[in-house]
Amino acid sequence: MKLTETLTDLANPTRFLALTARILPWLAGVTAVLLAIGIYQSAMAPDDYQQGATVKIMFIHVPNAWLSMFVWGVMSVAALGTLVWRHPLADVAAKAAAPIGAAFTFLALVTGSLWGRPMWGTYWEWDARLTSVLILFLMYLGLMALWRAVEDPSRAARAAAVLTLVGAINIPIIKFSVDWWNTLHQPASVLRMGGSTLDKAFLWPLLVMAIAFSLLFITLHLAAMRNEILRRRVRSLQMMQANRIAFSSDVGTGSREESASKSIGAA
Amino acid sequence: MSLGPYASFIVTSYALVAAVVLLLIVWIIADYRRQQARLKEIEASGITRRSGRSPADIR
Repeated sequence: MKLTETLTDLANPTRFLALTARILPWLAGVTAVLLAIGIYQSAMAPDDYQQGATVKIMFIHVPNAWLSMFVWGVMSVAALGTLVWRHPLADVAAKAAAPIGAAFTFLALVTGSLWGRPMWGTYWEWDARLTSVLILFLMYLGLMALWRAVEDPSRAARAAAVLTLVGAINIPIIKFSVDWWNTLHQPASVLRMGGSTLDKAFLWPLLVMAIAFSLLFITLHLAAMRNEILRRRVRSLQMMQANRIAFSSDVGTGSREESASKSIGAA
Repeated sequence: MSLGPYASFIVTSYALVAAVVLLLIVWIIADYRRQQARLKEIEASGITRRSGRSPADIR
């Protein structure tokens, strides 16, 4: 009940902007502190007996890989919000999350390659996990292109929401690819049945970095949502401005129909 | 702290993550300032949102 009320309250963009203005500085501060602690712990972590110091790449690769899937999950919930509940901020949330998710996915792919070269002897292998994450990255880019290609925001939102929900099929494929197909990528070692197989010396820095990166996403996402709301305000004011110009010229020419068609063109 | 024979791979990974995260932060801040400036510019020309006007202004 409380959650429903909160979501209803946040449907008002002005209220949402007021809330983000209050919490963004705190979120940014906590994120910076946790990132600093995580990076320090990562630097101080011992070398792995097999991987040596390259285990340090894991502390940034795993949070990025986890977020690449989590962000798509957030966008999928937002897509349901657009299609089912028609929440006014749902497509704002989805649109704002896409570039951030794309950046995390890109970082997961590149840091994975940089770890793979010394450990596997290759930057890239067309195995199930790597290929499905590459597909996820391409889906992020496709979604961003779709939003830019469709001019009407509500039509773009519905099309993007459908594409997001279809693309969500890829998330369990990524997660379970290492269990379903026995390929080059190692099986899950943190989130798995029976508990983590990682030693505490590696697990703690990894958890701190994962929480820090998750908070980083929330901070960036709220800020990007704020930008998107402002962009929509600018757009609606520009349409009002165009209407005003068109109708003021209407007084001079006396042709109301002509002015109306001009205003639609200008909008 | 010695990073061993693969130090360049480790340093490149961390540098790349730092660069991309910084780029995201700068892009979002710049976008916020741009939208704020455009809003102010339009509102200065006398166009305001209905919710931003007083009841007397709304005919």
